[in-house]
Amino acid sequence: VINSDRSAERSTSELAPSQPGRLLSGNDAIAYAARGAGVRVAAGYPGTPSTEILQTLVRLDTGRDVYIEWSTNEKVALDVTLGAAMAGARALCTMKHVGLNVAADTFMTAAYTGARAGLVVVSADDPGMHSSQNEQDNRLFARFAGVPLLEPADSQEAHDFTLAAFELSERFDVPVLVRTTTRVSHARGVVHAAAPRPGAPSGFERDPAKFVMLPGYARARHRVALERVAALAGEAEASPLNRVEMRDRRVGIVTSGIAYHYVREAMPEASVLKLGLSHPFPAELARRFAADVERVFVIEELEPFLETELRAAGIAVEGKAYFPRHGELSPDVIRRGLERAGSLPVSGKPVLEALPAAGRPPVLCPGCPHVTPFLALRQLGAVVAGDIGCYTLAATAPLSAMDACISMGSSIGMAIGLARAGDTPGPVVAAIGDSTFLHGGIPALADAVYNGSDLAVLILDNGTTAMTGGQAHPATGTTIRGDAAPAVDLPALCRAIGVSSVTVVDPYDLAATRLALQGAIATPGVSVVITNRPCVEAPIKVRDHPFAVVDERCTACQACMNLGCPSITWGGGWRDGRRTVVIDASTCTGCTVCAQVCAPGAIVPVAGWSGKS
Amino acid sequence: VSRERGGILLVGVGGQGVVLASAIIADAALRSGFDVKQSEVHGMSQRGGVVSSHLRYGASVGSPLVEPGEADAVVAMEWNEALRALPYLRPGAPLIVNLQRIVPPGACRDRLSGRSGYPALALEALVREVGDLRACDAMGIARDLGSPKALNSVLLGILATTLPFSDGAWLQALDANVPRASVVANEQAFRAGQALRYPEATCAQAANASAAASGGAAPTVRDAPASLEIAESWCKGRACAICVRVCPEYCLAIGGRDKATVIRPEACTGCGLCELLCPDFAIVVHDTLVTR
Repeated sequence: VINSDRSAERSTSELAPSQPGRLLSGNDAIAYAARGAGVRVAAGYPGTPSTEILQTLVRLDTGRDVYIEWSTNEKVALDVTLGAAMAGARALCTMKHVGLNVAADTFMTAAYTGARAGLVVVSADDPGMHSSQNEQDNRLFARFAGVPLLEPADSQEAHDFTLAAFELSERFDVPVLVRTTTRVSHARGVVHAAAPRPGAPSGFERDPAKFVMLPGYARARHRVALERVAALAGEAEASPLNRVEMRDRRVGIVTSGIAYHYVREAMPEASVLKLGLSHPFPAELARRFAADVERVFVIEELEPFLETELRAAGIAVEGKAYFPRHGELSPDVIRRGLERAGSLPVSGKPVLEALPAAGRPPVLCPGCPHVTPFLALRQLGAVVAGDIGCYTLAATAPLSAMDACISMGSSIGMAIGLARAGDTPGPVVAAIGDSTFLHGGIPALADAVYNGSDLAVLILDNGTTAMTGGQAHPATGTTIRGDAAPAVDLPALCRAIGVSSVTVVDPYDLAATRLALQGAIATPGVSVVITNRPCVEAPIKVRDHPFAVVDERCTACQACMNLGCPSITWGGGWRDGRRTVVIDASTCTGCTVCAQVCAPGAIVPVAGWSGKS
Repeated sequence: VSRERGGILLVGVGGQGVVLASAIIADAALRSGFDVKQSEVHGMSQRGGVVSSHLRYGASVGSPLVEPGEADAVVAMEWNEALRALPYLRPGAPLIVNLQRIVPPGACRDRLSGRSGYPALALEALVREVGDLRACDAMGIARDLGSPKALNSVLLGILATTLPFSDGAWLQALDANVPRASVVANEQAFRAGQALRYPEATCAQAANASAAASGGAAPTVRDAPASLEIAESWCKGRACAICVRVCPEYCLAIGGRDKATVIRPEACTGCGLCELLCPDFAIVVHDTLVTR
């Protein structure tokens, strides 16, 4: 049964005023649908590839009907939205995949309590790790918690499934996990918006047996949750979100999410069971599909999530034996797997070879205030426990000044352990950004003080969440809408925790930054150094008087090249067998740091700068 | 290019406008009655890294990804990225290249030899690989029109001559996506791109492109790494350690006898900073260069 005709859902609602369809990213589509679903509260923490959902919602919500916040971290975001849903308001919670680890404490138990109004949790996974530290498959969280899982394959489905998720959440009194991936969240496709289907706000009613998870109440709720999973399995068997596309019966493919489209490209003639509501698993639907085809493949990105369910149901399938368990899939990867399995003839299409090209890894921006602290830490021979943010790039050449980075906020805890273990080749320093410190660093700093650690902590305060494009956080003084807000005073916070020495330093002053770090390392107890220059890209682009190299003075010593600044490269000149350098005035932000390291004084402000770039 | 469906790959460097350019192409496809999907990767690639955008159009598009060997056009906003993207180009399909060269800092790291990791501008070799090469100095063209920021519209103009989208669709897409104040400039740049005639224009444009980025041969070379002579009796060791801090190659350390010592002799480039900055004249750099 091919059930792909969406014409019935097309409408000329306010969401699609003039065109039959709009080109929207998956993230935009989720925001449109959330608005259409009458969401009253939305919260999240920025994280690629999820960030744009809330930003788009802010743009759409010009009438300020929705309460939207950047939360301090994902757990707070889930608590906020769970509270709203308890009070009968539809709520949306967004995060990247690793954010759900942080929110897992609430997530696991919210599956017991349920909520009154629709609660939709969007987890944007990142197979291939385009900008993440791991590629965990969060579909497993749905099974772990026992909540329904929706897997949209494109923007249209991101929209439709989000609407469906709110209704499912309310019908079954359970949070719903909508799992996208980078290629869904950041791909644009034509979306036909459905008519708005807002739920009716119901208000808060006291019900401690449902909402207070004392052991006695929780035991009862666990049974409710298990019964709900059974009921949801029945729903999945008949849900229009799951569909069979019967074609050639020699090969049947069970798939979900973006992999569905890759399967259709790789083997258009194959029969397909496309799962949109994939947990609880519709085993009987799958059994009927498997019986109708000769050979069944499971093709899914990352973990053998569907494959495990199929095998548990006693259905003979083939999957990860032919398709990788790591990285992104693509039509090409699927085609090669089906070729190995003997279900597709081996093709040999001609492909041009790349010509030798320079590598272009991401780097810190010209004028980035994170450069000098790490230059100093390398010179001091520090063992650096780093954290998640742009500054993680300091691990790479030429700064080469970070020794560990695991997850949001773990730098300080790791540093405590590194220092306590003793046997490090240099002093132990934790390095953490402002947003990350607020997100997960505060408990670890309290731990370090409380337990009497001897530790230097570097807080790189650039006044924004830079890595994800410059989002506000509790210390920026603004909200997600750009409204003024109280700002956390980071030095005062550190002092209140009991840090003995707090120094605020200008990272554009290399000598002062080095001395501050040197002093923090030498000071017994926990010492904090806070750098205070803003990010040069967001929220305001900082562009000061650019610098240039006086070629006849340049001794080609390469000291400036150790900053890794993208504005400084080799020019055409040579000096004593070494390359002299040039500065691209169009990208130089005038931070002055290269001039500070230039011993012969060859780096000077550009003459005749007008103040306009 | 097929009139019914196609795939386009755009590549460039963070900040070059890959995402906006692909949004304009997608909009033009949509206005020409096609279904469209477009996929890009944000995130870390914004930090001066590679940015690529896949775009597919047709009656109905499933996967948003252009596969290797299947791009009906590749638009490269930067020379190095064009070379990297070649495997995506369908053999015989046009490669549209902006001759701008953005040298990544990592290409300037082989300091002893001074060899740049950035590929030379070798158009003949690329023409042999590709056949239909459409190179242009988009920055030069846009600057001559008085609006250097409209350079990507020059590339879109070249692309437009290879695609089945109507002129009106392109202009409406430009109008809807570029900043209001620069609509006219972008239309002019688009027209200038459309007006280029290939293959002739490739050579003429290459002649206009600026001289080699980080090119040029060394006039002198060194046969062996430079060597340091350290007068230990004059060295104050840990109490000073200026040489240790200034050495760009991290060659020096304070040794067990509390004197400066060379720990990475093979990395010394003979820059002489340690000799220049030693307050006690305790270091002499010995370096021999021969004229090539």
